[in-house]
Amino acid sequence: MSTDLQARPQFDLDTAWALSPQVSIRPERFGALLYHFGTRRLSFLKSPTLLAVVTGLAAHETARDACLGAGVQAAELPRYRAALATLAGSQMIGERS
Amino acid sequence: MTALPLPLVEQFQYGLDAPICLTWELTYACNLSCVHCLSSSGRRDPRELTTDECKAVIDELERMQVFYVNIGGGEPTVRPDFWELVDYATAHRVGVKFSTNGVKITPEVARRLAASDYVDVQISLDGATAAVNDAVRGRGSYDTALRAMQHLSDAGFRGFKISVVMTRENVEQLDEFKAIADRYDAQLRITRLRPSGRGADVWDDLHVTAEQQRRLYDWLVAHGENVLTGDSFFHLAGYGDALPGLNLCGAGRVVCLIDPVGDVYACPFAIHENFLAGNVRAPGGFETVWRESALFATLRAPQSGGACASCSAYDACRGGCMAAKFFTGLPLDGPDPECVKGHGAAALAHADRASAPRPALDHSHRLLPLAARKPPAKACDENPLAGVGFPR
Repeated sequence: MSTDLQARPQFDLDTAWALSPQVSIRPERFGALLYHFGTRRLSFLKSPTLLAVVTGLAAHETARDACLGAGVQAAELPRYRAALATLAGSQMIGERS
Repeated sequence: MTALPLPLVEQFQYGLDAPICLTWELTYACNLSCVHCLSSSGRRDPRELTTDECKAVIDELERMQVFYVNIGGGEPTVRPDFWELVDYATAHRVGVKFSTNGVKITPEVARRLAASDYVDVQISLDGATAAVNDAVRGRGSYDTALRAMQHLSDAGFRGFKISVVMTRENVEQLDEFKAIADRYDAQLRITRLRPSGRGADVWDDLHVTAEQQRRLYDWLVAHGENVLTGDSFFHLAGYGDALPGLNLCGAGRVVCLIDPVGDVYACPFAIHENFLAGNVRAPGGFETVWRESALFATLRAPQSGGACASCSAYDACRGGCMAAKFFTGLPLDGPDPECVKGHGAAALAHADRASAPRPALDHSHRLLPLAARKPPAKACDENPLAGVGFPR
Protein backbone atom coordinates (compact mmCIF):
# COMPACT_ATOMS: atom_id res chain seq x y z
CA MET A 1 0.00 0.00 0.00
CA SER A 2 2.88 2.31 -0.73
CA THR A 3 2.29 5.82 -1.96
CA ASP A 4 5.95 6.43 -2.61
CA LEU A 5 5.91 8.80 -5.57
CA GLN A 6 9.50 8.11 -6.56
CA ALA A 7 8.76 4.40 -6.79
CA ARG A 8 5.92 4.90 -9.25
CA PRO A 9 6.68 3.65 -12.73
CA GLN A 10 5.75 5.68 -15.75
CA PHE A 11 2.28 4.81 -16.92
CA ASP A 12 1.31 4.94 -20.55
CA LEU A 13 -2.28 6.09 -20.92
CA ASP A 14 -2.20 5.27 -24.62
CA THR A 15 -1.70 1.52 -24.38
CA ALA A 16 -4.15 -1.27 -23.55
CA TRP A 17 -4.53 -2.43 -19.96
CA ALA A 18 -6.63 -4.91 -17.97
CA LEU A 19 -7.28 -6.03 -14.45
CA SER A 20 -5.04 -8.94 -13.45
CA PRO A 21 -6.91 -12.27 -13.62
CA GLN A 22 -5.68 -12.95 -10.07
CA VAL A 23 -7.44 -9.88 -8.69
CA SER A 24 -10.86 -9.89 -7.09
CA ILE A 25 -12.85 -6.64 -6.89
CA ARG A 26 -15.48 -5.86 -4.28
CA PRO A 27 -17.51 -2.68 -4.81
CA GLU A 28 -17.93 -0.51 -1.70
CA ARG A 29 -19.65 2.79 -0.86
CA PHE A 30 -16.34 4.63 -1.24
CA GLY A 31 -15.24 2.83 -4.41
CA ALA A 32 -13.92 -0.69 -4.13
CA LEU A 33 -11.59 -3.10 -2.40
CA LEU A 34 -9.11 -5.04 -4.51
CA TYR A 35 -7.35 -8.21 -3.48
CA HIS A 36 -4.57 -9.88 -5.42
CA PHE A 37 -4.47 -13.61 -4.72
CA GLY A 38 -0.91 -13.96 -6.00
CA THR A 39 0.80 -11.16 -4.08
CA ARG A 40 -1.80 -11.42 -1.27
CA ARG A 41 -2.04 -7.68 -1.12
CA LEU A 42 -5.07 -5.54 -0.51
CA SER A 43 -5.67 -2.27 -2.29
CA PHE A 44 -8.37 0.38 -2.42
CA LEU A 45 -10.10 2.28 -5.16
CA LYS A 46 -11.10 5.48 -3.48
CA SER A 47 -13.91 6.56 -5.78
CA PRO A 48 -16.69 4.96 -7.83
CA THR A 49 -15.27 6.69 -10.91
CA LEU A 50 -11.89 5.03 -10.45
CA LEU A 51 -13.73 1.72 -10.06
CA ALA A 52 -15.47 2.38 -13.39
CA VAL A 53 -12.11 3.18 -14.99
CA VAL A 54 -10.49 -0.02 -13.72
CA THR A 55 -13.38 -2.30 -14.65
CA GLY A 56 -13.56 -0.61 -18.06
CA LEU A 57 -9.88 -1.11 -18.93
CA ALA A 58 -10.37 -4.45 -20.65
CA ALA A 59 -13.14 -3.11 -22.90
CA HIS A 60 -11.17 -0.10 -24.19
CA GLU A 61 -8.27 0.18 -26.62
CA THR A 62 -6.36 2.46 -24.28
CA ALA A 63 -6.40 3.45 -20.62
CA ARG A 64 -7.18 6.99 -21.77
CA ASP A 65 -10.36 5.75 -23.46
CA ALA A 66 -11.31 3.84 -20.32
CA CYS A 67 -10.94 7.05 -18.29
CA LEU A 68 -12.96 9.13 -20.71
CA GLY A 69 -15.55 6.36 -20.94
CA ALA A 70 -15.97 6.49 -17.17
CA GLY A 71 -16.60 10.25 -17.32
CA VAL A 72 -13.15 11.49 -16.29
CA GLN A 73 -12.56 15.07 -17.48
CA ALA A 74 -9.37 15.85 -19.40
CA ALA A 75 -8.10 18.03 -16.58
CA GLU A 76 -8.44 15.12 -14.15
CA LEU A 77 -6.41 12.72 -16.31
CA PRO A 78 -3.06 13.23 -14.51
CA ARG A 79 -4.67 12.24 -11.21
CA TYR A 80 -6.15 9.07 -12.70
CA ARG A 81 -2.92 8.32 -14.50
CA ALA A 82 -1.12 8.43 -11.14
CA ALA A 83 -3.72 6.14 -9.56
CA LEU A 84 -3.38 3.66 -12.43
CA ALA A 85 0.41 3.81 -12.17
CA THR A 86 0.16 2.78 -8.52
CA LEU A 87 -2.14 -0.10 -9.43
CA ALA A 88 0.26 -1.20 -12.16
CA GLY A 89 3.15 -1.00 -9.69
CA SER A 90 1.38 -3.42 -7.35
CA GLN A 91 0.45 -5.76 -10.27
CA MET A 92 -3.28 -5.15 -9.78
CA ILE A 93 -3.53 -4.19 -13.46
CA GLY A 94 -1.28 -5.21 -16.31
CA GLU A 95 -0.62 -4.26 -19.92
CA ARG A 96 -2.52 -6.18 -22.57
CA SER A 97 -0.57 -7.22 -25.62
CA MET B 1 -2.78 4.10 -2.26
CA THR B 2 -4.32 5.89 -5.16
CA ALA B 3 -3.81 9.57 -5.71
CA LEU B 4 -7.35 10.42 -4.69
CA PRO B 5 -7.25 11.74 -1.13
CA LEU B 6 -10.37 10.54 0.67
CA PRO B 7 -10.38 9.65 4.37
CA LEU B 8 -10.55 5.88 4.02
CA VAL B 9 -10.05 5.28 7.72
CA GLU B 10 -13.28 7.18 8.33
CA GLN B 11 -15.09 4.83 5.96
CA PHE B 12 -13.77 1.80 7.78
CA GLN B 13 -14.67 3.22 11.20
CA TYR B 14 -18.32 2.96 10.27
CA GLY B 15 -18.03 -0.60 9.03
CA LEU B 16 -18.33 -2.40 5.70
CA ASP B 17 -21.12 -4.65 4.37
CA ALA B 18 -18.73 -7.57 4.64
CA PRO B 19 -15.45 -8.01 6.49
CA ILE B 20 -12.24 -7.48 4.51
CA CYS B 21 -10.96 -10.67 6.06
CA LEU B 22 -11.85 -12.59 9.15
CA THR B 23 -10.26 -14.94 11.59
CA TRP B 24 -11.79 -18.38 11.79
CA GLU B 25 -10.66 -20.71 14.52
CA LEU B 26 -11.57 -24.19 13.32
CA THR B 27 -10.92 -26.10 16.51
CA TYR B 28 -9.96 -25.63 20.14
CA ALA B 29 -7.85 -28.79 19.89
CA CYS B 30 -4.10 -28.27 19.99
CA ASN B 31 -1.06 -30.42 20.53
CA LEU B 32 0.61 -27.53 22.35
CA SER B 33 -0.25 -25.47 25.43
CA CYS B 34 1.32 -22.09 24.73
CA VAL B 35 1.25 -19.97 27.87
CA HIS B 36 -0.21 -16.96 26.01
CA CYS B 37 -2.82 -18.77 23.87
CA LEU B 38 -5.47 -16.15 23.14
CA SER B 39 -8.21 -18.78 22.79
CA SER B 40 -7.17 -20.94 25.79
CA SER B 41 -7.00 -23.89 23.43
CA GLY B 42 -6.10 -27.49 24.11
CA ARG B 43 -9.12 -29.77 24.00
CA ARG B 44 -11.60 -30.07 21.15
CA ASP B 45 -15.09 -28.80 21.91
CA PRO B 46 -17.77 -31.40 21.14
CA ARG B 47 -19.99 -28.66 19.67
CA GLU B 48 -17.47 -27.65 16.98
CA LEU B 49 -18.89 -26.98 13.51
CA THR B 50 -19.19 -30.05 11.31
CA THR B 51 -17.61 -30.29 7.87
CA ASP B 52 -20.92 -29.42 6.21
CA GLU B 53 -21.50 -26.47 8.53
CA CYS B 54 -18.01 -25.17 7.73
CA LYS B 55 -18.72 -25.49 4.01
CA ALA B 56 -21.95 -23.54 4.45
CA VAL B 57 -19.94 -20.74 6.11
CA ILE B 58 -17.50 -20.77 3.18
CA ASP B 59 -20.45 -20.50 0.77
CA GLU B 60 -21.57 -17.38 2.65
CA LEU B 61 -18.09 -15.88 2.59
CA GLU B 62 -17.97 -16.43 -1.16
CA ARG B 63 -21.33 -14.68 -1.59
CA MET B 64 -20.17 -11.78 0.58
CA GLN B 65 -16.89 -11.61 -1.36
CA VAL B 66 -14.70 -12.00 1.67
CA PHE B 67 -11.31 -12.27 -0.01
CA TYR B 68 -9.61 -14.53 2.48
CA VAL B 69 -9.89 -16.09 5.90
CA ASN B 70 -7.18 -16.36 8.51
CA ILE B 71 -7.67 -19.87 9.78
CA GLY B 72 -6.33 -20.70 13.20
CA GLY B 73 -7.27 -22.51 16.35
CA GLY B 74 -6.17 -24.35 18.34
CA GLU B 75 -4.06 -26.14 15.80
CA PRO B 76 -6.31 -26.20 12.73
CA THR B 77 -4.39 -28.90 10.89
CA VAL B 78 -5.34 -31.52 13.50
CA ARG B 79 -8.94 -31.41 12.25
CA PRO B 80 -9.33 -34.50 10.05
CA ASP B 81 -11.24 -32.45 7.44
CA PHE B 82 -8.75 -29.56 7.43
CA TRP B 83 -7.38 -30.09 3.91
CA GLU B 84 -10.86 -30.80 2.57
CA LEU B 85 -12.01 -27.41 3.92
CA VAL B 86 -8.95 -25.61 2.52
CA ASP B 87 -9.63 -27.12 -0.90
CA TYR B 88 -13.31 -26.21 -0.66
CA ALA B 89 -12.52 -22.60 0.24
CA THR B 90 -9.99 -22.08 -2.53
CA ALA B 91 -12.29 -23.74 -5.08
CA HIS B 92 -14.84 -21.11 -4.06
CA ARG B 93 -12.35 -18.27 -4.45
CA VAL B 94 -12.03 -17.66 -0.73
CA GLY B 95 -8.31 -17.42 -0.04
CA VAL B 96 -6.88 -19.16 3.00
CA LYS B 97 -4.08 -18.12 5.25
CA PHE B 98 -3.68 -20.57 8.05
CA SER B 99 -1.64 -20.41 11.23
CA THR B 100 0.09 -23.53 12.42
CA ASN B 101 2.77 -24.62 14.82
CA GLY B 102 4.05 -26.75 11.93
CA VAL B 103 3.25 -30.17 13.36
CA LYS B 104 1.55 -31.43 10.17
CA ILE B 105 3.75 -29.70 7.59
CA THR B 106 5.45 -32.75 6.09
CA PRO B 107 7.53 -32.50 2.90
CA GLU B 108 4.51 -33.82 0.97
CA VAL B 109 2.11 -31.27 2.47
CA ALA B 110 4.65 -28.51 1.83
CA ARG B 111 4.83 -29.43 -1.86
CA ARG B 112 1.05 -29.32 -2.10
CA LEU B 113 0.89 -25.94 -0.42
CA ALA B 114 3.60 -24.52 -2.65
CA ALA B 115 1.48 -25.39 -5.69
CA SER B 116 -1.49 -23.21 -4.68
CA ASP B 117 -1.80 -19.45 -5.18
CA TYR B 118 -4.76 -19.30 -2.87
CA VAL B 119 -3.16 -20.72 0.26
CA ASP B 120 -0.74 -18.92 2.51
CA VAL B 121 0.91 -20.41 5.56
CA GLN B 122 1.92 -18.78 8.79
CA ILE B 123 4.26 -20.63 11.12
CA SER B 124 4.13 -19.52 14.74
CA LEU B 125 7.46 -18.95 16.45
CA ASP B 126 7.88 -17.01 19.68
CA GLY B 127 11.63 -17.15 20.11
CA ALA B 128 14.57 -16.92 17.70
CA THR B 129 16.24 -19.54 19.88
CA ALA B 130 14.80 -22.78 21.23
CA ALA B 131 15.25 -21.61 24.81
CA VAL B 132 13.17 -18.46 24.38
CA ASN B 133 10.56 -20.11 22.12
CA ASP B 134 10.05 -23.31 24.09
CA ALA B 135 9.59 -21.43 27.37
CA VAL B 136 6.38 -20.02 25.88
CA ARG B 137 5.28 -22.67 23.37
CA GLY B 138 6.54 -25.89 24.96
CA ARG B 139 9.44 -28.28 24.66
CA GLY B 140 10.31 -29.28 21.10
CA SER B 141 8.07 -26.64 19.48
CA TYR B 142 11.03 -24.65 18.12
CA ASP B 143 12.38 -27.69 16.30
CA THR B 144 8.90 -28.49 14.96
CA ALA B 145 8.48 -24.95 13.60
CA LEU B 146 11.92 -24.83 11.96
CA ARG B 147 11.45 -28.26 10.42
CA ALA B 148 8.17 -27.04 8.88
CA MET B 149 9.95 -23.93 7.52
CA GLN B 150 12.64 -26.11 5.99
CA HIS B 151 10.03 -28.28 4.30
CA LEU B 152 8.20 -25.24 2.90
CA SER B 153 11.45 -23.75 1.70
CA ASP B 154 12.58 -27.04 0.11
CA ALA B 155 9.21 -27.26 -1.67
CA GLY B 156 9.79 -23.81 -3.19
CA PHE B 157 7.12 -22.02 -1.15
CA ARG B 158 8.29 -18.40 -1.24
CA GLY B 159 7.02 -15.74 1.11
CA PHE B 160 5.28 -17.84 3.73
CA LYS B 161 4.89 -16.00 7.02
CA ILE B 162 6.73 -16.47 10.29
CA SER B 163 4.47 -15.11 12.99
CA VAL B 164 5.91 -13.90 16.27
CA VAL B 165 4.05 -12.63 19.31
CA MET B 166 6.25 -9.94 20.81
CA THR B 167 7.22 -10.52 24.42
CA ARG B 168 9.64 -9.04 26.89
CA GLU B 169 11.87 -12.07 26.28
CA ASN B 170 11.96 -12.09 22.48
CA VAL B 171 11.75 -8.41 21.55
CA GLU B 172 15.55 -8.17 21.71
CA GLN B 173 15.73 -10.91 19.04
CA LEU B 174 14.03 -8.92 16.27
CA ASP B 175 17.10 -8.96 14.03
CA GLU B 176 17.51 -12.69 14.58
CA PHE B 177 13.86 -13.31 13.66
CA LYS B 178 14.38 -11.29 10.49
CA ALA B 179 17.46 -13.37 9.71
CA ILE B 180 15.47 -16.59 10.11
CA ALA B 181 12.77 -15.25 7.78
CA ASP B 182 15.40 -14.23 5.22
CA ARG B 183 17.08 -17.64 5.47
CA TYR B 184 13.83 -19.39 4.43
CA ASP B 185 12.75 -16.70 1.95
CA ALA B 186 9.81 -16.06 4.26
CA GLN B 187 8.23 -12.88 5.53
CA LEU B 188 8.36 -11.87 9.17
CA ARG B 189 5.11 -10.94 10.88
CA ILE B 190 5.12 -9.68 14.43
CA THR B 191 2.06 -9.08 16.56
CA ARG B 192 1.21 -7.71 19.91
CA LEU B 193 0.82 -9.85 23.05
CA ARG B 194 -2.74 -9.48 24.28
CA PRO B 195 -4.04 -10.29 27.75
CA SER B 196 -6.61 -12.59 26.11
CA GLY B 197 -7.23 -16.27 26.88
CA ARG B 198 -4.33 -17.72 28.84
CA GLY B 199 -2.47 -14.56 27.87
CA ALA B 200 -4.29 -12.88 30.74
CA ASP B 201 -2.27 -15.00 33.17
CA VAL B 202 1.14 -14.09 31.76
CA TRP B 203 0.59 -10.59 30.39
CA ASP B 204 2.03 -8.77 33.39
CA ASP B 205 5.26 -10.75 33.14
CA LEU B 206 5.58 -10.97 29.36
CA HIS B 207 4.28 -7.76 27.80
CA VAL B 208 7.03 -5.51 26.48
CA THR B 209 8.35 -2.76 28.72
CA ALA B 210 7.89 0.90 27.81
CA GLU B 211 11.55 1.15 26.72
CA GLN B 212 11.28 -2.00 24.61
CA GLN B 213 8.08 -0.72 23.04
CA ARG B 214 9.85 2.43 21.85
CA ARG B 215 12.68 0.40 20.32
CA LEU B 216 10.13 -1.92 18.71
CA TYR B 217 8.42 1.07 17.11
CA ASP B 218 11.70 2.43 15.76
CA TRP B 219 12.59 -1.02 14.42
CA LEU B 220 9.21 -1.30 12.67
CA VAL B 221 9.53 2.18 11.15
CA ALA B 222 13.00 1.27 9.87
CA HIS B 223 11.73 -1.95 8.25
CA GLY B 224 8.56 -0.46 6.76
CA GLU B 225 6.42 -2.77 4.68
CA ASN B 226 8.97 -5.59 4.72
CA VAL B 227 7.69 -6.69 8.11
CA LEU B 228 4.00 -7.42 8.60
CA THR B 229 2.15 -6.57 11.80
CA GLY B 230 -1.50 -7.43 11.17
CA ASP B 231 -2.11 -3.79 12.14
CA SER B 232 -1.64 -4.91 15.71
CA PHE B 233 0.61 -2.05 16.80
CA PHE B 234 -1.63 0.84 15.83
CA HIS B 235 -1.49 2.08 19.43
CA LEU B 236 2.19 2.92 18.75
CA ALA B 237 1.10 5.55 16.21
CA GLY B 238 0.98 7.83 19.25
CA TYR B 239 4.78 8.09 18.96
CA GLY B 240 4.44 10.04 15.73
CA ASP B 241 4.38 8.46 12.31
CA ALA B 242 1.77 5.78 11.71
CA LEU B 243 3.06 2.33 10.84
CA PRO B 244 2.15 0.79 7.46
CA GLY B 245 -1.40 -0.57 7.43
CA LEU B 246 -4.85 0.62 8.33
CA ASN B 247 -4.00 1.88 11.82
CA LEU B 248 -7.38 1.42 13.34
CA CYS B 249 -9.19 -1.10 15.49
CA GLY B 250 -11.14 -3.11 12.93
CA ALA B 251 -13.19 -5.06 15.48
CA GLY B 252 -16.71 -5.60 14.16
CA ARG B 253 -16.01 -2.97 11.47
CA VAL B 254 -13.72 -4.66 8.97
CA VAL B 255 -12.73 -7.87 10.83
CA CYS B 256 -14.23 -10.37 13.26
CA LEU B 257 -13.75 -13.86 14.65
CA ILE B 258 -15.72 -17.04 14.06
CA ASP B 259 -14.84 -19.49 16.82
CA PRO B 260 -14.89 -23.31 16.55
CA VAL B 261 -18.50 -23.60 17.76
CA GLY B 262 -19.68 -20.90 15.32
CA ASP B 263 -19.85 -18.01 17.75
CA VAL B 264 -19.01 -14.67 16.13
CA TYR B 265 -16.93 -12.26 18.21
CA ALA B 266 -15.85 -8.73 17.37
CA CYS B 267 -12.21 -9.77 17.18
CA PRO B 268 -9.94 -12.75 17.87
CA PHE B 269 -8.70 -11.17 21.07
CA ALA B 270 -12.11 -10.66 22.62
CA ILE B 271 -13.57 -14.10 23.35
CA HIS B 272 -15.99 -12.92 26.01
CA GLU B 273 -19.78 -12.63 26.09
CA ASN B 274 -19.52 -8.82 26.02
CA PHE B 275 -18.09 -9.08 22.48
CA LEU B 276 -20.28 -11.95 21.26
CA ALA B 277 -22.35 -10.84 18.27
CA GLY B 278 -24.19 -14.08 17.44
CA ASN B 279 -23.71 -17.58 16.01
CA VAL B 280 -23.43 -18.75 12.41
CA ARG B 281 -25.85 -21.60 13.17
CA ALA B 282 -28.70 -19.15 13.81
CA PRO B 283 -31.18 -18.39 10.99
CA GLY B 284 -29.58 -15.99 8.53
CA GLY B 285 -26.13 -17.36 9.25
CA PHE B 286 -22.96 -15.30 9.38
CA GLU B 287 -24.20 -12.60 7.02
CA THR B 288 -27.08 -11.68 9.34
CA VAL B 289 -24.76 -11.56 12.34
CA TRP B 290 -22.32 -9.32 10.49
CA ARG B 291 -24.98 -6.94 9.15
CA GLU B 292 -27.53 -6.88 11.96
CA SER B 293 -25.87 -7.58 15.30
CA ALA B 294 -26.56 -4.87 17.87
CA LEU B 295 -23.01 -5.17 19.19
CA PHE B 296 -21.48 -4.51 15.77
CA ALA B 297 -23.84 -1.57 15.26
CA THR B 298 -22.50 -0.09 18.50
CA LEU B 299 -18.89 -0.62 17.45
CA ARG B 300 -19.58 1.07 14.11
CA ALA B 301 -21.14 4.12 15.73
CA PRO B 302 -18.92 7.19 16.23
CA GLN B 303 -16.79 6.72 19.35
CA SER B 304 -16.14 9.41 21.90
CA GLY B 305 -12.52 9.56 22.98
CA GLY B 306 -13.58 9.34 26.63
CA ALA B 307 -10.67 10.00 28.95
CA CYS B 308 -8.36 10.11 25.90
CA ALA B 309 -10.28 12.80 23.98
CA SER B 310 -8.04 15.65 25.16
CA CYS B 311 -4.78 13.79 24.40
CA SER B 312 -2.69 15.08 21.51
CA ALA B 313 -2.13 11.50 20.28
CA TYR B 314 -5.79 10.47 20.21
CA ASP B 315 -6.24 11.02 16.48
CA ALA B 316 -3.30 8.69 15.87
CA CYS B 317 -3.94 5.83 18.32
CA ARG B 318 -7.73 6.15 18.79
CA GLY B 319 -7.40 4.93 22.36
CA GLY B 320 -5.70 1.68 21.40
CA CYS B 321 -6.91 -1.91 21.70
CA MET B 322 -10.32 -2.66 23.16
CA ALA B 323 -9.41 -6.21 24.20
CA ALA B 324 -6.19 -5.12 25.90
CA LYS B 325 -8.14 -2.66 28.00
CA PHE B 326 -10.99 -5.03 28.76
CA PHE B 327 -8.92 -7.95 30.05
CA THR B 328 -6.63 -5.76 32.14
CA GLY B 329 -9.64 -4.24 33.91
CA LEU B 330 -9.38 -0.80 32.28
CA PRO B 331 -12.41 1.15 31.04
CA LEU B 332 -12.97 0.89 27.28
CA ASP B 333 -13.11 4.66 26.85
CA GLY B 334 -9.76 5.24 28.54
CA PRO B 335 -6.13 4.66 27.60
CA ASP B 336 -4.66 1.41 26.32
CA PRO B 337 -2.62 -0.39 29.02
CA GLU B 338 0.45 0.12 26.83
CA CYS B 339 -0.36 3.74 25.95
CA VAL B 340 2.83 5.34 24.62
CA LYS B 341 2.21 8.45 26.72
CA GLY B 342 2.29 6.35 29.89
CA HIS B 343 -1.37 6.95 30.72
CA GLY B 344 -2.06 3.21 30.63
CA ALA B 345 0.59 2.37 33.20
CA ALA B 346 -0.85 5.01 35.49
CA ALA B 347 -4.38 3.69 34.98
CA LEU B 348 -3.24 0.10 35.65
CA ALA B 349 -1.73 1.17 38.94
CA HIS B 350 -5.17 2.28 40.11
CA ALA B 351 -7.27 -0.39 38.39
CA ASP B 352 -8.93 -3.21 40.27
CA ARG B 353 -6.94 -5.87 38.44
CA ALA B 354 -8.33 -8.76 40.51
CA SER B 355 -11.85 -8.16 39.24
CA ALA B 356 -10.86 -7.71 35.59
CA PRO B 357 -13.15 -9.80 33.32
CA ARG B 358 -11.95 -13.35 32.71
CA PRO B 359 -11.97 -15.01 29.30
CA ALA B 360 -15.30 -16.79 28.81
CA LEU B 361 -14.08 -20.20 27.69
CA ASP B 362 -11.25 -22.45 28.69
CA HIS B 363 -10.35 -25.50 26.61
CA SER B 364 -6.90 -25.86 28.15
CA HIS B 365 -5.53 -29.36 28.53
CA ARG B 366 -6.34 -30.61 32.00
CA LEU B 367 -2.92 -32.22 32.01
CA LEU B 368 -0.16 -30.44 30.15
CA PRO B 369 0.68 -32.20 26.88
CA LEU B 370 4.05 -33.93 26.85
CA ALA B 371 5.70 -31.10 24.96
CA ALA B 372 4.84 -28.59 27.67
CA ARG B 373 5.97 -30.68 30.63
CA LYS B 374 9.22 -29.92 32.28
CA PRO B 375 11.69 -32.79 32.43
CA PRO B 376 11.49 -34.58 35.77
CA ALA B 377 13.94 -33.34 38.35
CA LYS B 378 14.61 -36.90 39.47
CA ALA B 379 14.02 -40.19 37.70
CA CYS B 380 11.56 -41.30 40.36
CA ASP B 381 9.36 -38.26 39.63
CA GLU B 382 8.17 -40.14 36.55
CA ASN B 383 6.26 -42.40 38.89
CA PRO B 384 2.61 -41.77 38.01
CA LEU B 385 1.87 -41.15 41.65
CA ALA B 386 4.75 -38.72 42.19
CA GLY B 387 3.51 -35.39 43.36
CA VAL B 388 0.07 -36.69 44.28
CA GLY B 389 -0.69 -35.78 47.84
CA PHE B 390 -2.34 -38.66 49.64
CA PRO B 391 -4.29 -37.98 52.80
CA ARG B 392 -2.49 -39.41 55.75
